[in-house]
Amino acid sequence: MPQIFPKFYPQNLVTMAVDFIEQILLYIFGNQFVVDCIFKFMGIGAILGVISLAAMLFTYEERKVCAFMQKRIGPNRVGPYGLLQSMADTLKLMTKEDIIPLGCDRVVWALAPMLLFAPSALIYAFYTFDDGVVLADVNIGLFLLLAISSQAVLPFLMGGYASNSKYALIGGMRTVAQMISYEAPMAFSLLGVVMITGSMNIGDIVKMQGELPWFVFLQPIAFIIYIICATAETNRTPFDLVEDESEIVAGPFTEYSGMRWALFFMAEYANLLSVSIIATTLFLGGWQGPILPAPVWFWGKVLVMVFLFMWFRWTFPRTRVDQLLEFSWKVLLPLALVNLLLTGIGMYSVKEFFASF
Amino acid sequence: MEIVDIVPPMLKNNVIVTTVDSLFKWAHGNSIWPLSSGLACCAIEMMSAAGGRFDIARFGYEVFRPCPRQADLLIVAGTLTWKMTPPLIRLYEEMAEPKYVIAMGNCTIAGGPFADSYSVVPGIDEIIPVDVYIPGCPPRPEALINGMLKLKEKIMHPNHVEKAKEELLQQKLAKMEKLKQMGGAGK
Repeated sequence: MPQIFPKFYPQNLVTMAVDFIEQILLYIFGNQFVVDCIFKFMGIGAILGVISLAAMLFTYEERKVCAFMQKRIGPNRVGPYGLLQSMADTLKLMTKEDIIPLGCDRVVWALAPMLLFAPSALIYAFYTFDDGVVLADVNIGLFLLLAISSQAVLPFLMGGYASNSKYALIGGMRTVAQMISYEAPMAFSLLGVVMITGSMNIGDIVKMQGELPWFVFLQPIAFIIYIICATAETNRTPFDLVEDESEIVAGPFTEYSGMRWALFFMAEYANLLSVSIIATTLFLGGWQGPILPAPVWFWGKVLVMVFLFMWFRWTFPRTRVDQLLEFSWKVLLPLALVNLLLTGIGMYSVKEFFASF
Repeated sequence: MEIVDIVPPMLKNNVIVTTVDSLFKWAHGNSIWPLSSGLACCAIEMMSAAGGRFDIARFGYEVFRPCPRQADLLIVAGTLTWKMTPPLIRLYEEMAEPKYVIAMGNCTIAGGPFADSYSVVPGIDEIIPVDVYIPGCPPRPEALINGMLKLKEKIMHPNHVEKAKEELLQQKLAKMEKLKQMGGAGK
């Protein structure tokens, strides 16, 4: 009986298919290195596909969730159930005029949207979508994740500075202040998980959650701190001081039009998805779950997290700048440190308790 | 002039001609992002068009952009004074092509109740090109939605406008002919 079951498990089918393709490619090229390269590029293509699909779907989902919160219907005329709405928007943005304002720093201005999109796409390499389904399986995955995602701060300032506009400059500087101050409590909240697992490999962290309960139960304070910081990092509504419509027009994006602006937009939704994926893998047990296959569990949890962030967006009013920074440095950071201390004490006492038998 | 018109008549029944243009027209028509700007009381009706009862979001037009660079449509909602004219023109010029303008309310069409005032612009089409006029004081949100759908029709089928203009001209000519005949009978 246990011999028959794995045969029909879909994961095995996928591995078999991958092996089959690898054999064919090996037959064609006759070189293992070339085949590995092709597989890596296929992985990169798949990740970019996931990101663009997420950006398309989440714009639609965001408008639908917003409509749901405000007792409206939302887009329903363009295509079935309004599903083609984001397609129309993308096509329109692609064909809009590309305005380069006079007096802007052209190179820096053009680089900013690309440089913002690059790190938010790069960190997808470290996410484990399933057991062993990861592009770059590194031992310091979590560390690299934090390091690379913090690179997303600079392009905002670049865009704001190079636009030669007051609103953009103020917006850019605000963004830097906000993102840097929320980087610290976020890193400390994730350290609690690392202390328990003793590993920075994301696959190991998820596997550990099969033995122990999910870390959302072991680290509830860290989870809440992480959710708040993630909302601030992705610049979503309670903390959307970046694109502050009533104060600074559109922040660092004020002078961007057409596809350049759409790249900022895509990076925002890539960040939203990646933040939800981190929450799922580190706190909600990743792909683990009973009965249903792993991808269903993984993407189900991720989409629930995405809905949670959208829920925040359409429920909370915006905070003020000083409130935002005070909340980070005076509340979240001390709380994260206390959480680390409590985690250490808890681990020590559990070890002593089991050693006493 | 569209590509379809250039195709020789011999080929017209044998070749299916489609263009990227029609796809782009579809995209432009279905994703009109208005600039969130209001001048007077018509703006209140514009806001309620985005609310729960009227829900302009059904057509995908609820994305009110705060910045003219990302907006497609300038809804001039309310009385325009000469003092406010330079900022409005600047907003219009900052928008990226293709851009459209809706004149909402009687004030923007011809000055409305302030037509004789020294400070009010008698119709914004003296300053910027207007695509769709929506009469009313103020027009109801349904009227705004209808106006935006008319704009969509104008974007997706540019020849409809020409046809409508021609029809209007024909009607006028017919009326004049009738009047002439009546005049002739009277003599």
